[in-house]
Amino acid sequence: MARKDFLVTIGLEVHVQLKTRTKMFCACAVAFGEEPNTLCCPVCLGLPGALPVLNKRAIEMTLLTGRMLGCSTPEISKWDRKNYFYPDMPKNYQISQFDLPLCLGGGVPLYELAYPKDHQKSIAHPDKVVALTRIHLEEDVAKSTHLPKATLIDFNRAGTPLMEIVSEPEIESPEEAVAYLNSLRQILLYGEVSDADMEKGQMRCDVNVSVRPKDQKKLGTKIELKNLNSVSAVRRALHYEIERQIGELEEGNRIVQATWRWNDDAGQTEWMRNKEDSQDYRYFPDPDLLPVRTAGMLAALGVPELPHQKQVRFVRDFGVTSYDGGVLSADRALADYFEAAATGTTHGKKLANWVINNLLSALKEADLPLGQSPVRPTQLRALVELIEDGKITNNQAKEVFARLFAEPSHEDLAALAVSMGFEPANAGELEGFVDQVVAANPGPVAEIKAGNAKAINSLLGQVMKLSGGKGDPKLIRQLLEQKTA
Amino acid sequence: MPDPDADFDVGYVAQLCRLELTADETVQFQAQLSGVIEYMKKIDQLDLSGIEATAHAVPAFDVYREDEPGPSLTVEEVLRNAPQKSQNQFAVTKVVE
Ligand SMILES: [Zn+2]
Repeated sequence: MARKDFLVTIGLEVHVQLKTRTKMFCACAVAFGEEPNTLCCPVCLGLPGALPVLNKRAIEMTLLTGRMLGCSTPEISKWDRKNYFYPDMPKNYQISQFDLPLCLGGGVPLYELAYPKDHQKSIAHPDKVVALTRIHLEEDVAKSTHLPKATLIDFNRAGTPLMEIVSEPEIESPEEAVAYLNSLRQILLYGEVSDADMEKGQMRCDVNVSVRPKDQKKLGTKIELKNLNSVSAVRRALHYEIERQIGELEEGNRIVQATWRWNDDAGQTEWMRNKEDSQDYRYFPDPDLLPVRTAGMLAALGVPELPHQKQVRFVRDFGVTSYDGGVLSADRALADYFEAAATGTTHGKKLANWVINNLLSALKEADLPLGQSPVRPTQLRALVELIEDGKITNNQAKEVFARLFAEPSHEDLAALAVSMGFEPANAGELEGFVDQVVAANPGPVAEIKAGNAKAINSLLGQVMKLSGGKGDPKLIRQLLEQKTA
Repeated sequence: MPDPDADFDVGYVAQLCRLELTADETVQFQAQLSGVIEYMKKIDQLDLSGIEATAHAVPAFDVYREDEPGPSLTVEEVLRNAPQKSQNQFAVTKVVE
């Protein structure tokens, strides 16, 4: 059987650290890179008798995530204890949510530009939405560092609010898994609920994957993959694991339900434990925490415009292409920059080009984030207006842009252009050049008169040359058309 | 995973709790805890139709804290009860995931 004779089924469990100021159940600050065990109290250390108190903001952020992803919310949501023994959770249970989570259902839309770049031309299911099972809120555990003979535990991270977002097994390829994670991250960033950086551990992902022959209805036995620390690791691990499982099936072997670990250095998955060893968590309601009535909080939420909504609006209001709208809306800061630049002009399409092509590459070359762009949105708008008004040519604008990028103090762009020698030839002067060229080229002029519109281009070039490159091509063309009509 | 409706097995629960019971204790606690569960099962004999399910034993809701940071303990206080420590962290027997 060939690779295409198998179906792949993937489900993702994503843990997202919320961007609250304090922990889920205590007032200790949430911060990264602090000295070990300096952000701890009896609650997050799990000392006997310490009582947890809910962080209201964390619940609001989770409900907002649910709204952005189209989830429903039970009227009452409650807190449960998930019992297990591990040194990163010394009270021997994690406070989580079992049967009444904050969000149910909903889905993650897979944005075209969220797929790997090399795959955007071959998307199997455009506009796919991956259904979610649920989103619940729980507490993060402490951080373990494994030394050769001991394990060290730092509780600074313990108790950080953690959202668990569980998808239905509806993802059909490693590339869709990548698109899912990137799209989800975009939406979380839009809602400002998390920075969701996988490489910083703010977003963590467990993957369930199974394969089955195409003619088989029943899902194959699933393997859980752990230790996936970047989006690209998820893609590579899935490719490896899918090939491995297909290989096993082709050799007539049975897949045993188990957890495997991705070894990024070796580029392979490695067996960790079988499902038989898995735990019975004995969930039960946490008597220390009172349930939440969700209606009031839901009503007070401000839901932001989402990437796909912004894309549609940019196309409608600013005349950008759908592709450019997708690029601009993929990042909220970029979308805001573009909108600030394009508002109040009719040159949205041209501004989109300048933002995507010129600004982003200049920033990349200078290794600057958008937030530190030397060129402000209003300046970029002024520059594009100079071009569109025929004051400078596109090539001259590129030089003005480069100068402005290096010397952002220039306020008056028109004056800057003039100081760089980019003074537009005036209409009277241009008309003289046009007359000169028309008189000197009777042949091409006759061709134009006979209906060969293309012949105008060579004349345009000559007039441009006479003007020293300062002429506005649109104006020259207009004049030439008049004189050869 | 055992069937929750199956007969109560104190040995299994003790194992989940990492408790080591002697043979005598097993017999004693099996009987005592089975009695507690039988008592709880009396609820099954009541007519509960029309009674709304509750999410908590106390009829109270929505007790929150604003997201305002407060003081944490010093690292010395945090580690005061640690049987073993190293590099300002709790040191435990090496665990393998
Ligand atoms: Zn704390």
